[in-house]
Amino acid sequence: MIFLYIGIAGALGALCRYLIGLILFTYAVFPFSTLAVNLIGCYTLAFLSSSLFQKSKLSSEMKSAIASGFLGSFTTFSAFSLETMQLYQSGEVLYACIYSAFSMIGGIMMSNLGWKNEVKA
Amino acid sequence: MSITYVVAVCIGGYLGAISRYSIAQKLNQRVNDSIPYGTLAVNLIGSFFLGFIVSIGLDKMYIMLLGTGFLGAFTTFSTFNNELRKLQQYKKKWLLYFTFTYVGGLCCVFFGFFIGSRII
Repeated sequence: MIFLYIGIAGALGALCRYLIGLILFTYAVFPFSTLAVNLIGCYTLAFLSSSLFQKSKLSSEMKSAIASGFLGSFTTFSAFSLETMQLYQSGEVLYACIYSAFSMIGGIMMSNLGWKNEVKA
Repeated sequence: MSITYVVAVCIGGYLGAISRYSIAQKLNQRVNDSIPYGTLAVNLIGSFFLGFIVSIGLDKMYIMLLGTGFLGAFTTFSTFNNELRKLQQYKKKWLLYFTFTYVGGLCCVFFGFFIGSRII
């Protein structure tokens, strides 16, 4: 049953990522939309697992579906790698460096910002 | 946007998330100070195949199904960063996991692209 939940949540996560990609800066050279979903996803996952999930009465299956299914699918690592490579290949080496630095540092920062220490995990 | 792309992304996402979850369940050890090999594996494998399918020049429909849908959902950035945060107190493992994922991911996507462009 857990697989069904994860799958449905995963489908929704991928769909949301796709829709954001359609809306956000479609013609920009710099891949803003992947950066945005990845950073939002990092913050939300840390926030949910440190505070909201601790208080809520959701079943553990539902929590896995949201955390691992939805947010796991919503964020993506393969697109990050691909876009970095494509920026590099099209000669935009500076953009490739900025993009990877923002993803690396931003991901760590957002995860820590979202994590609420006062609640014991 | 057309409805077929939406359906393709959903089907891909459904299967990608389930595949990631089962691989992570098998390979990630449930101890705090261990590198989550399952997540590392899906991210590297996913990067390789995304490079591969982009270089062989598939139809947009298949890119949506396999790339945006399946491989996008199969790989994850949020879980990776959440795991990095958990490893923060183990400096050496943190650095290893960080390096393996980013350097490995970029190498894999280049390698996948290279292999794909050689085949056709």
